[in-house]
Amino acid sequence: MSQDKPPDTPEVSSARLVLTLALAGLISGVAIIGIYEVTLPTITINKARELREAVFKVIPGVTQMQKLVYKDGELIPSRETEKDEQPVYGGYDDAGIFVGYAIPAAGPGFQDTIGLLYGFKPDRQLVTGMEVLESRETPGLGDKIYKDADFVANFEELMIEPEIVVVKKGKKSSPNEVDAITGATISSRAVVRIINETHVDWSTRLPPPGSEPLMTEPESEPLITEPE
Amino acid sequence: MAKQQSESYEAFIKGIWRDNPVFVQVLGMCPMLAVTNSAINALAMGGATFFVLVGSSFLVSSVKQWIPKHVRISGFIIIIATFVTVADYTLLALVPKVHKELGAFIPLIVANCMILGRQEAFASRNTVRLAVMDAMGMAGGFMVALFSLGAIREILGNGALFGVNLFGEHFEPWVIMILPPGGFLTLGVILLFFNWFTVKKNEFIAQVAAAERSSL
Repeated sequence: MSQDKPPDTPEVSSARLVLTLALAGLISGVAIIGIYEVTLPTITINKARELREAVFKVIPGVTQMQKLVYKDGELIPSRETEKDEQPVYGGYDDAGIFVGYAIPAAGPGFQDTIGLLYGFKPDRQLVTGMEVLESRETPGLGDKIYKDADFVANFEELMIEPEIVVVKKGKKSSPNEVDAITGATISSRAVVRIINETHVDWSTRLPPPGSEPLMTEPESEPLITEPE
Repeated sequence: MAKQQSESYEAFIKGIWRDNPVFVQVLGMCPMLAVTNSAINALAMGGATFFVLVGSSFLVSSVKQWIPKHVRISGFIIIIATFVTVADYTLLALVPKVHKELGAFIPLIVANCMILGRQEAFASRNTVRLAVMDAMGMAGGFMVALFSLGAIREILGNGALFGVNLFGEHFEPWVIMILPPGGFLTLGVILLFFNWFTVKKNEFIAQVAAAERSSL
């Protein structure tokens, strides 16, 4: 094996050292920008698709959706993406009749921020589904907030008023209670707290039931339909 | 030619077994313990590390004569970090689910001492061909180690392999195996086995040598 020592370099000027590192940094920077530019479209599409699938999952019976933003005291449809916007997603059926909202929510979990989306039918004050979009909960325990089908099923028909309450597994008796996950009580409570807090935030901003924004005609972009 | 081949074979194979970066050199412990709670995570981590190590070794051994000795470590780190960023974005674009599971541990590949160690100890002193063979061997050995730990922990801790349930409904998962202590326990047991095996092998070689001597 050729374990030769690297050739003895003679004294090098500091300018040369700086130049070498600057050049290396420059090449590296260009490479990183390159890969960022190449992967960005795919990453954006992935995120948008994930969100869209989640919207259709949390409000059953929905076949069309549009983004709604709260602006100047009312909820209006929007197509542009603005910085720091806090959108909700309106879900509509085939005939364009409003079914429910999908509301993004986020808050601290056991380890890091949990980001989720929940479906909400304002006329019956009902949560219709919950989908975790982002979480770093403990693998095998806290991650059951999205891997445990029984826990997720808790949110399929859940009264949100006066507020959602977490109870021990198997103790669920009234329509506003959620069975906690054994061994992941903190994560279960976090999910419920996030939904409760977001609900309070939005309850004053959502229009009264029956006067939701109408589905606008889709523009040239492809029709958003329910995934198979 | 034959000598060349055996030399690259030697550079490759030593990383897989004799100098295995995890079981023998005990390097790269952070990803080793952190992401091996399931077989698929372990494989993805192994794959990303493989890409970074082979890419960096190739580049370092190709440009070694232009990097002044005084700034070589910083130079290596720039090269490694670039490859890690490339791996990070590629995983995020191609397999967002796996990327979500690995989370912060992909950027942390930069800090995997096994990678910097190979650049300093091997790639900066050898030809491109040998450096790439060595990197493939080391990264392969790292991957084997990650996968064996990941598989053992997923089977015991979740009763599944690659998410496929193995034992049916009545299996009571040994939850501690997928939590951090399980990583230490499994690694300890494997290291115990490896050392026991090495001791036995050396004893056996010594016995054979002694027998040969006495028969002369």
